[in-house]
Amino acid sequence: MFHGQVHKFQIKELELSFTQGRWNYETWGGFDPIPSNNAKPPGVELWAVFDVPQDQVDASWKNLTHSLSGLFCASINFLESSASYSAPQWGFRSASGSLRYGTLPREAVCTENLTPWLKLLPCRDKDGIAALMDRPSIYKGFYHSQRLHLTSTGFVSDGVDSGVILEQTLTLVLQPPEKRAIITSQETKSQPSWSLTSIFGREVNGRCVLAKSSNVYLQLDQGLVAELDNLQKENEMLVADFIGYEGLRSSHGFQLSVKPDRILEEVNGSHRNKPSLLYVFSVEKYSDSEPFDLGLTWKLPVVWSCQQAPLHASRFLMGSGNERGAIAIFFKSTRLSEELLHSDLTEERCNLQVKIFQVVPWYIKVYYHTLQVFVDEQPQEVLDVVEKIHVSPSEDKVAPGLMEMILKLPCGTKSAVVTLEFDKGFLHIDEYPPDANQGFDIPSAVISYPDFQASIQFLEDKSLETLPILAKLQEKSSVLSYTEVLLVPLTTPDFSMPYNVITITCTVFALYFGSLLNVLRRRVAEEERFLKSKDAKKGSPVPQFLSKLSAKLTGRPLETPLPPSTSSSFINSKLILKVVLVAGIAVVWKFYLE
Amino acid sequence: MADNETPTPTPTPTPRPKQRPIVRLGIFLISHSFLFSVVCCTAGVVALLLLPILAKSTYISENALMPGSAKPMLSGQEVSEANRFVKDLIALNSNTPGAAIESQRLIAEYMSNLGAEVNYHKFHPQMVQFHPLHFFSSPDSRIIEQNISCSSYGVNTVGIIRAPRGDGKEAIVLVTPYNPGKIKQGEALSLGIAYSVFSLLTRVTWLAKDIIWLASDSQHGEYAAVAAWLRDYHMPVFTTLHTKSAEMCPVSNYLYELKDNPITERKIYDGFKRAGTMAAALVIKVVDRSERFDDSLSINAEASNGQMPNLDLINIVNYLAVHRQGFRVKVEKLWSLLDSKWLNVLGELFESVGQVVRSLNPQWKFGIPAADYVEGIATLASSLYNQALGVPTGPHGAFRDYQIDAITLEISPRASVDSMTRRNDFLLQGGRLIEGVVRSVNNLLEKFHQSFFLYLLTSPSKFVSVGVYMIAFALLVAPLPMVAASFYANAISLNSIQTKDKSTPATGSDETDITLRSWKWINAAKKVFVVHLWGSVVSLLPYFICRVPDLSPTISFITWFLLSVLSFLIMYLVLASSFSHAKASKFHVGEWAILKSVTISAAFIGLCLMSVVNFSTAEIGGLIVVPMCLMVYPMRLDIRVRTLRTLLRLACNLVLAFIGFPPVTFVLLKGAFEGFDNINIGDFWCWVQSLWAWSSATYLFIGMVHLPCWALCIHILFHHC
Repeated sequence: MFHGQVHKFQIKELELSFTQGRWNYETWGGFDPIPSNNAKPPGVELWAVFDVPQDQVDASWKNLTHSLSGLFCASINFLESSASYSAPQWGFRSASGSLRYGTLPREAVCTENLTPWLKLLPCRDKDGIAALMDRPSIYKGFYHSQRLHLTSTGFVSDGVDSGVILEQTLTLVLQPPEKRAIITSQETKSQPSWSLTSIFGREVNGRCVLAKSSNVYLQLDQGLVAELDNLQKENEMLVADFIGYEGLRSSHGFQLSVKPDRILEEVNGSHRNKPSLLYVFSVEKYSDSEPFDLGLTWKLPVVWSCQQAPLHASRFLMGSGNERGAIAIFFKSTRLSEELLHSDLTEERCNLQVKIFQVVPWYIKVYYHTLQVFVDEQPQEVLDVVEKIHVSPSEDKVAPGLMEMILKLPCGTKSAVVTLEFDKGFLHIDEYPPDANQGFDIPSAVISYPDFQASIQFLEDKSLETLPILAKLQEKSSVLSYTEVLLVPLTTPDFSMPYNVITITCTVFALYFGSLLNVLRRRVAEEERFLKSKDAKKGSPVPQFLSKLSAKLTGRPLETPLPPSTSSSFINSKLILKVVLVAGIAVVWKFYLE
Repeated sequence: MADNETPTPTPTPTPRPKQRPIVRLGIFLISHSFLFSVVCCTAGVVALLLLPILAKSTYISENALMPGSAKPMLSGQEVSEANRFVKDLIALNSNTPGAAIESQRLIAEYMSNLGAEVNYHKFHPQMVQFHPLHFFSSPDSRIIEQNISCSSYGVNTVGIIRAPRGDGKEAIVLVTPYNPGKIKQGEALSLGIAYSVFSLLTRVTWLAKDIIWLASDSQHGEYAAVAAWLRDYHMPVFTTLHTKSAEMCPVSNYLYELKDNPITERKIYDGFKRAGTMAAALVIKVVDRSERFDDSLSINAEASNGQMPNLDLINIVNYLAVHRQGFRVKVEKLWSLLDSKWLNVLGELFESVGQVVRSLNPQWKFGIPAADYVEGIATLASSLYNQALGVPTGPHGAFRDYQIDAITLEISPRASVDSMTRRNDFLLQGGRLIEGVVRSVNNLLEKFHQSFFLYLLTSPSKFVSVGVYMIAFALLVAPLPMVAASFYANAISLNSIQTKDKSTPATGSDETDITLRSWKWINAAKKVFVVHLWGSVVSLLPYFICRVPDLSPTISFITWFLLSVLSFLIMYLVLASSFSHAKASKFHVGEWAILKSVTISAAFIGLCLMSVVNFSTAEIGGLIVVPMCLMVYPMRLDIRVRTLRTLLRLACNLVLAFIGFPPVTFVLLKGAFEGFDNINIGDFWCWVQSLWAWSSATYLFIGMVHLPCWALCIHILFHHC
């Protein structure tokens, strides 16, 4: 299916992800390959590198968005307009010129996006590991992100291509079903045990026949391994004769229901204390009669923390009101950078590089000259801290604002803040999306740390090369994290306003044309003549009678000719009469005719 | 009358061209301005009194809210946990010095056990100070105090639940003010209600917005704590100037040392945690005094300068409280009005009118029972008063400064909640109410925008929208421009007659004379301007007075008064003398009339401007200023004529001028509602101090519109003509 697309649009590389929920970098880790590669911003993210001349990239991108939109039942076609995608130079990936990047933070992700994704699998969700894809349990989790990565190994001009590699990843963070126990403040809660059936409600019955290999991996984080080691040391003193499962040290605190086929150990980095462990389970040997149901039962309560990225980045809005505000990106040091600090004390000066890539829609008018950097609560000269910066300012209704920046922070930095001020723009009435009062999204910024490689190296073994996931884990890529999506309330018009405007404009027009016609039509001399003739005639009989009547009633002598003085009272009595008549009719109609 | 205003002395009675109807209407109104003003003012007051009858029932305007459509999920389990929490809190309450820290730690521990992200927020309450240039300024105007003492520290405890599948763009805030040093039962119960809801919300699957629970430290005032937290949420200061001093105090650091539990340690962060844009905020308070009949819930909504939260928020609370949880919902009312005789009579009158109307046509719904009417008026008066004061009625006011809709829910239990089952019931009821409101707001896709922002409440389920209450105000101020125009026209014509009588030969100077006459008002305008300038000087004086330390309110007030008089004299000597006497001899006759017309115009402009800023202030101010301005008439002229009518007018004027003096107005109003027993002149100073501390526009109105108008009226009253 994708072969044609890749050819048509000359795609060198493409990644599309659908995500619901936020990756919690603090508790789910931020350093491993999994969060760096698979944690994605909420909504849809699409980037593609094209192998076409520079001037055709935009056209290819537009066509690509439309075709993907159709394939995945998503509104990816909204990325077509030039105001919604950007062309990063070096901040996102080093592929200048032909890279296009766009996100839709508000896209709701659901099964209709998952089904086309599953269709790309050889056995869909009928067989193999994909059989676990039980929709309710997937969508009940904290986080799920489906990712599709395409790499074509190059085009030759005569059309003989060497192939397309399609990588599909589904990242889930699930909550094991637990019985809610009354927590007392003193005792610590043991973490819930789980098994594949309890999480997904399904089992794996062997591999998909089309698959070359089908494996389940279970990774024990470094922190967990270290924690288990400590526990074992404590316990060994107490219970000397305890023999754990297979006598392996790390299986002390928990028990696996299935025996792993092999256990891989990470090659220790220079300063890290414990290697992480990877259990490999091959699904091939299981069948309907003997389904694969991996389970993990905790025996001891263990508390550990995942490995963090060097800095924890969070982004928030500052200011209030509908006029202006500021975006702040706040970096806070984590344990890792503290370790680094200790290890690098000998060096004279070490720097931590932070790459920031941020796209801001055009109606958020960011003033890039207001860039301020605070390191450890001290304002810094921008030139001292910023190593490299590239800004392409937004253009109204045409292009979003783009900022790529490399910060150079000293290693001992406890916290750092980058702030940018912005003005909130106005949109044309028909540019407002539905539910405009919700506010407008600023897509996630991408923070990466080029100095750090998120990869796990395992003990070299020839057989490992046959396992694609392991190859992926060992691939070197810099540690990457996404910040929160921000919601900016903009001034929204009262959408019933057009109606009011129409009525007011019509009134103004009517008044204007009425008076204009009046002026044009009227001739001054004619009016005076008319008045004179009216005087001569002394009005119609009814007002005359009325004036006589009123004269009699008030007891004054009838003053006939002086029209200017009496005319007002004349008109008034007439007016009052008319008003009374109309009111009378109204009353009669209201009471007797209804 | 109508023919008086013809300024062109035409010798031959040629028929004048007929004027446009609109011009004729204007001339008619101006010429009958007395009748017109009496009718309009009366109609304005009557319309105000009719508002409870014209009030509409509230309805939920935003369809997405769907209050009460889901079954409450809060069960006995959460409630019993909450009850344990309440018991732990109350048990802590020994008067040991570490009790404050212990209670903060306990709350943080409970929060983090639920899986929330917890952090402490340390703050300094800001001193109450008068900042003359900070009216209407954005709330970021923070002042860094020089002498920060460690004793004046507050520590808020903040817990945040992240919505499991939400995108974290929006948040709902629950606020429970409590005093960590000495937790009263009510405060403990409010914390318990928040805890029960919070613990439920950690488990639910429908959550789309993050939940922030702010247990605010009310040692230094409920408002200050919430305002400080909001300020740090929206306008953090990254430089070290402000925060360093906070870290130096030993008390705050002590909090972190107490972390003994490993789980707690993992979840308490020392940074400032945030969660998206706030959609709505609920302040939960439990009042210790118990009600006789029902569990009752009172809603406070007024924020600074008469801003109100969206009516939908009040509606859902009211709907859920009445139809789901069986609370008796109240809005604040002026209790003293309930027993007043004339209101009861008025209510009965309206009721009988309503009956008559109904007998004419049964479809006409007019009139409500007299008791309802009196209650409505009492609520309306309180609503007007609170809005006019411009002082928020609770911690929710801090949220409105950041355009967040917020209300305070004050729950008072029926009987004492000492017994276990009774307390469980109460927590369940309160918790389910909060759960329902949170669920409704959580359903909301957009921010609150559908329903009204400008309204007055006449009962929890009845409101008067801006379109209706503006009529009363418009009727009240409508005579002002008419009367101003009529006085001006009269003065001009009087003058023209007089000058014609005097100076017939000087035909050459006639042209200049006419132009001079048409600019006559400039003199009066100067005078009015100077008086208004004096008014602004008077409103700046407290800034200097409160710089002097250790002044009792009474002495401050007297100083203020004397300084005001002094400044008036100085201004009079420096400015007024130079031009008031120069040409006064020439056009002496109508001077007071022109002055009055300019005064009225200024009052009109001031009232209209104020009605845009804060409607209620303008309405109450209008009730005092408009009759005073309209009635005023030089005393000498009245005494000279000595008919019954003029003497009556004189008496009226004197009374109005007495009532119109702002301190007197204050004392009279206070006396009317609270009794004259313990009234002190210093009270006015305290009241004014509270006004400027909350940067209420009412202060500006009193200083720059009301007081100058009053001074000008006095000036006209004692005019030497």
